[in-house]
Amino acid sequence: MFDITEQAIDAAQLRQSLLDNEQCGAFTSFEGWVRRQNDGQRVDYLVYSTYEELARKQGEAVIAAAKQQFAIEDAVCVHRYGRLEVGDMAVWVGVTAGHRDAAFAACRFIIDTVKAEVPIWKQEFYSDGQAAEWLANPEGLPQE
Amino acid sequence: MSSTVKLTVLYFAALREQAGKEQEEIVLDAPLDAAALYALLAERHAFTLPQSRLRAAINHNFCPWNTALADQDIVAFIPPIAGG
Repeated sequence: MFDITEQAIDAAQLRQSLLDNEQCGAFTSFEGWVRRQNDGQRVDYLVYSTYEELARKQGEAVIAAAKQQFAIEDAVCVHRYGRLEVGDMAVWVGVTAGHRDAAFAACRFIIDTVKAEVPIWKQEFYSDGQAAEWLANPEGLPQE
Repeated sequence: MSSTVKLTVLYFAALREQAGKEQEEIVLDAPLDAAALYALLAERHAFTLPQSRLRAAINHNFCPWNTALADQDIVAFIPPIAGG
């Protein structure tokens, strides 16, 4: 399951949604948070925006690819958008599997691929009043 | 026989700021591909992002830059992604 939401991400509830599967001996999760310092500048807050139709399509494709490539039971990724403060959770990934190797590998694959393939943008606003900047993930640039 | 091509163009992130709008209707007298449409709109709106930093999408799917645009297509230019 992939979702994008303006609401705060409830990691405990998402984790709970992946439990209750007797085939699973492993659960891994990744949380991405808004940090205070980026590139030497003091961050005040971030605004994430998205292209919802394409983001949902791309996000679902990432989850489907993870399920095909790794021996996992289930995978969930939720990305937040709108204004986020320092310390807020921007993205959550959770994976269940029979064993830990596949769970770790799929979790890594999902966050890396989401950062490259799902159209979500981040504008960083700074404490010193300097002009806000649009950021770019190195892995999110066109491959040509 | 000439036929016009009517498109909806969606703008996001830095392109939305520079265009000053979320979307617009464009009517072309002759078909163009996505790259040619970006060149035209980049000049009109003084976009600073070169095509090499963008990806194109038609009808909510990524597509190659040389894809010909058809009547009623929804076109978007995707600035560098920054999720996570």
